[in-house]
Amino acid sequence: MMIEVQDLTKYYGPHLAISRVSFAVAAGEIVGFLGPNGAGKTTTLKILAGYLTPTSGRARINGHDVVEDSLKARRSLGYLPENVPLYPDLTVRQFLDFAARAKGVTGDRRGAELKQVVQECGLSEVVGTRIGALSKGFRQRVGLAQALLNRPPLLILDEPTIGLDPSQIVEIRQLIKELAGRHTVILSSHILPEVSQLCQRVIIINRGQIIASDTPENLSRQLSRGLRVHLAVDGPVEEVLAALQGLEGVQEVSPLGEHRYLVVGRDDGDLRPELARLVVGRGWNLWELKAQEFTLEEVFLNLVTEEEA
Amino acid sequence: MSGIGAVVRKELTIYFATPIFYLVGFCFLLLGGYFFYANLLYYNLLSFQGAQNPQLAAMLTPQQMVFRPLFGTLAIVFLFLVPLITMRLLAEEKRSGTAELLFTYPLTDAAIIGGKFLAALLVYLLLLAITVIYPLSVAPITRLDWGALASGYLGLVLLGGACLALGLFASSLTENQIIAAVLAFAFLLLFWLIGWQQELGAAGWGGLFAALSLLEHFENLARGVIDTRDVVFYLSFIYFFLFLTQRQLESRRWRA
Repeated sequence: MMIEVQDLTKYYGPHLAISRVSFAVAAGEIVGFLGPNGAGKTTTLKILAGYLTPTSGRARINGHDVVEDSLKARRSLGYLPENVPLYPDLTVRQFLDFAARAKGVTGDRRGAELKQVVQECGLSEVVGTRIGALSKGFRQRVGLAQALLNRPPLLILDEPTIGLDPSQIVEIRQLIKELAGRHTVILSSHILPEVSQLCQRVIIINRGQIIASDTPENLSRQLSRGLRVHLAVDGPVEEVLAALQGLEGVQEVSPLGEHRYLVVGRDDGDLRPELARLVVGRGWNLWELKAQEFTLEEVFLNLVTEEEA
Repeated sequence: MSGIGAVVRKELTIYFATPIFYLVGFCFLLLGGYFFYANLLYYNLLSFQGAQNPQLAAMLTPQQMVFRPLFGTLAIVFLFLVPLITMRLLAEEKRSGTAELLFTYPLTDAAIIGGKFLAALLVYLLLLAITVIYPLSVAPITRLDWGALASGYLGLVLLGGACLALGLFASSLTENQIIAAVLAFAFLLLFWLIGWQQELGAAGWGGLFAALSLLEHFENLARGVIDTRDVVFYLSFIYFFLFLTQRQLESRRWRA
């Protein structure tokens, strides 16, 4: 296991930030940490990175306890903090050189390592520039580059794409995807499509507690109790509604206007052949028929609101 | 211990990349140069008068007349400049969030604090090294007591180190550089002037306060007397405040 977290709890004074959080991440996985702002994502990642000490509970990185064996744990990880704090007075080269030295990359290996990281993150044109003068996109890459130095087995990325413009977001995501094969990655985000695109597994956290952990597909499936079918039928609304409701296995039909209907099935069985036969049998025109899966966005909202209810 | 080297390098790079170092250096050397020149003129004047008075002449040495007062002045000038050198060290890391990077690199707290302290000390040593021009410039025309001068410089180094350790501690207490500077200045004045109690006749405590005074322990060294008590005082002072800094950083890790 690359990350093992058990009953992690953190209080800021009287305020409970995370409560008995437990999860594990296997080597090579890409895990997304998903939750609304203030849910405890950053707190959890800061504890994993060794910046904060938990109030209780344990966390191990690569087998090393983050509190008792902090140095060894920190040697196994690269961390990109939220909002990418960097030293504005240093040039990119000076900063990366410092990061490499701090991580114990010595001698000849440092030069090669720097060169490679600079190339990988597309920083060649700005190595001599003061970090304070860089655009947000480049700063993000510098942040990623320092995390990559010394090739830690684990990368912890806190909101890696926040504050970037769309084309920069695509670039950074591409970069993270490329890293995926060589590193275990845990990244936090409150943007759902990002997580479902990048991650093999999603951990959803809300109000300091983990409320779900699964693959994006499974999460969608878990929540879509019964299939939902989108239907567009050319026929008198009242009759169509009545006919659809009368069909075996249909739990609910809601008209969406302009001859469109949403049919929700009672169980997992596929309603589409039955629906098609019904519509055609009545002599109406079937314009559209498609199964609708829950998007992760809906799953997320669903989980979070269910939790509150 | 390559970690401490990394921190020292980084801090020095930032010192030399920002104007503060040049500003501090300018003030330090301008005032130092002025007081050296003034002391020298005064010594010159007294020497002419001393030609008629052999008793006075015996007391007139460059060490007594020029360098001892110069060391005292340099110490005071530096006291005013220490907060400028140390205020950034930890406060800025916390404010800008770079502390999150620094403290998640595989560096021990000792390497981080030691590195920052050493970098500040090196900056100070560089400034002091430039002042060696003063004795060198008069060396060809007078006889200097190099031993006493070395003792004076040792005193300045130890005193400066103690001030910087105190300033570093002040910087660990806040995220605001200005507050760090004000705190450092207040602490420094306190430890500087605490010895005055003795002259006011505070019974019993006077001796203790004097023993804690940064200034009191400097007197002997500036005169050319190396007393182990003074050296040990400064070294323990430095260690104590670096230790407090480390505790302070650790407590932040638990609280926030």
